[in-house]
Amino acid sequence: MTMDIELTVNGEQVRESVEPRMSLADFLRERLQLTGTHLGCEMGACGACLVLLGGKPVHACLVLAVQASGETVETVEGLSERGAIADLQAAFHDRNALQCGFCTTGMVVNAHALLGETPVPARDEIRDALSGNYCRCTGYEAIVDAIAETARKRASDAEASA
Amino acid sequence: MKSPAFDYIRARSVAHALEAYRDLDGEGVYLAGGHSVVPSLALRLQAPAALIDLSGIDALTGISLDDGWLRIGSMTRHAEIASDPLIRDHARLFHLAAPHVAHPAIRNRGTVGGSLSLADPASEFPAVALALRAELEVAGRDGIRRVKADDFFLDIYETAMEPGEILQAIFVPPVRTGEVCAFDELARRRGDYAMVGAAVQAVVEAGRLADISIAFFSVGNKPTRAGAAEAVLRENAMNDTAIAAAQAALDADLDPSDEPQMPASVRRHLARVLLGRLLGHLGTTA
Repeated sequence: MTMDIELTVNGEQVRESVEPRMSLADFLRERLQLTGTHLGCEMGACGACLVLLGGKPVHACLVLAVQASGETVETVEGLSERGAIADLQAAFHDRNALQCGFCTTGMVVNAHALLGETPVPARDEIRDALSGNYCRCTGYEAIVDAIAETARKRASDAEASA
Repeated sequence: MKSPAFDYIRARSVAHALEAYRDLDGEGVYLAGGHSVVPSLALRLQAPAALIDLSGIDALTGISLDDGWLRIGSMTRHAEIASDPLIRDHARLFHLAAPHVAHPAIRNRGTVGGSLSLADPASEFPAVALALRAELEVAGRDGIRRVKADDFFLDIYETAMEPGEILQAIFVPPVRTGEVCAFDELARRRGDYAMVGAAVQAVVEAGRLADISIAFFSVGNKPTRAGAAEAVLRENAMNDTAIAAAQAALDADLDPSDEPQMPASVRRHLARVLLGRLLGHLGTTA
C-alpha cells in the first residue's frame, strides 16, 4: 500500500507517495534529503530526530509520514536557513557544546522550541527540557551553558532595542 | 529498526473505526498518539495488517464540564493535560502528574486515552484515574458503556476493554469542598520510569480526613489502590501517628516482585517514604 501525502516542509509544499510504515524521519532524510534530522534509537529515547510539527518539537521517528499529511514541519535545515538559530549555533560552537555532533541537531531544535516558550529558562528548566536528548560526548554542562547564554543574550538585546 | 509493512486507515468516526477493526478480523491496531504503538512496530513486537488512526475523530477530543463532571476526550495530548485550565481546576491530579510523563517532546504527541488503554504499570495516568475515581467511557459494537477506574485495570497491559473497543473519554467526578491532592514519583532521572509513584486525593473536614484515595504505580503489575492505608487514615486526624500507621499498612496493599534492578523490600521502603511525603504535603496544603 502507498498513500499520497501533502505537507509543508520548511515553508515548501511537498507532495509524495509513501508507504504507511515510513516514519517522518525516514521521509525527511530519504525523500527530501534533509539529513540534518538524525536517527539514533528509532524508538523515541535519544531525541536526535526532533523536528517541529505544527511548531512543537516531536520525535520524527515516532510519527509516521502519513500522520504528518496536512501538517507543517520544520527541520533543523529550515531553522538554520532562516537564521532562527544562528545565535544558538554560535553559542554551541563557542562553548564546545558538541563533539561528534550526532545529537546536536536534536538539541538545537529542542532548545529553539524551549526559548520560544520560556525566553529565559532556569538551568533546571533547560535540563528538564533536554531530558529526552541524549549526548554521549559532552556531559551536557556545555550544552546547558550555551542555551543559557543564548537566552541571556536575546533578553539583553531585546532590552537594548526596547 | 524499521517497521514491517502495514496498511493505514484514517478513521472518520468511532463507528468507522469499529467497523474497520471488525473488517480486519483481529489484525488491526488502533493508533492514538502512536508513541507506544510506533516503537512497538519498529521493535517488531507486533505486526498488524493495518493501523486505524483515531486522531481525526472529533468525538474523541475536547475538555468540557458536564453537570459538574469533567469530560476529557481520550485523544487529549499530555501537553494539553498539563496546560488546560479546566483540568487544573477540576482534575488537579492529572495537571500535577502530566509533567512527570516521559519527556516534553513525547508529551506533545502522547494521548491520555492511549496511556490508559495501554495500562503500562509504570505509567502515571492510570494511577491518577484510580485516585480520582474516574469513570472511563468505552465504545464497542454493542454501544457505549462506562467503567469505573477501579474495575478497569486488570493486569499488566490488560484492561476491562474487549478487543476492538475504543476508550472515548475520561469522566472525573465533581470537585468536593475541602478536596486536596498530591502527586509525586521517585525516578532516577526526570522522565525515566518511576521506581515508585503515587497519587493521593483527600477531602478534609474540620481537620479530619473525611475521605481519601491513594493509588500507587510502578509497584506490581497494575496501578493499585492502597485500601488498607486508606482505611487507617479515613475519618482520622492527619498527624505523624496516622501517617506512620498508614505507612505500616502499605505492606498489606502492595505486592512488588523481586527484580534484578530492585529487590521488593527496597520498593516497599520507597513506597513508604513516598506516602509519608505525600501525606505530609497534604497536611500543609489542607
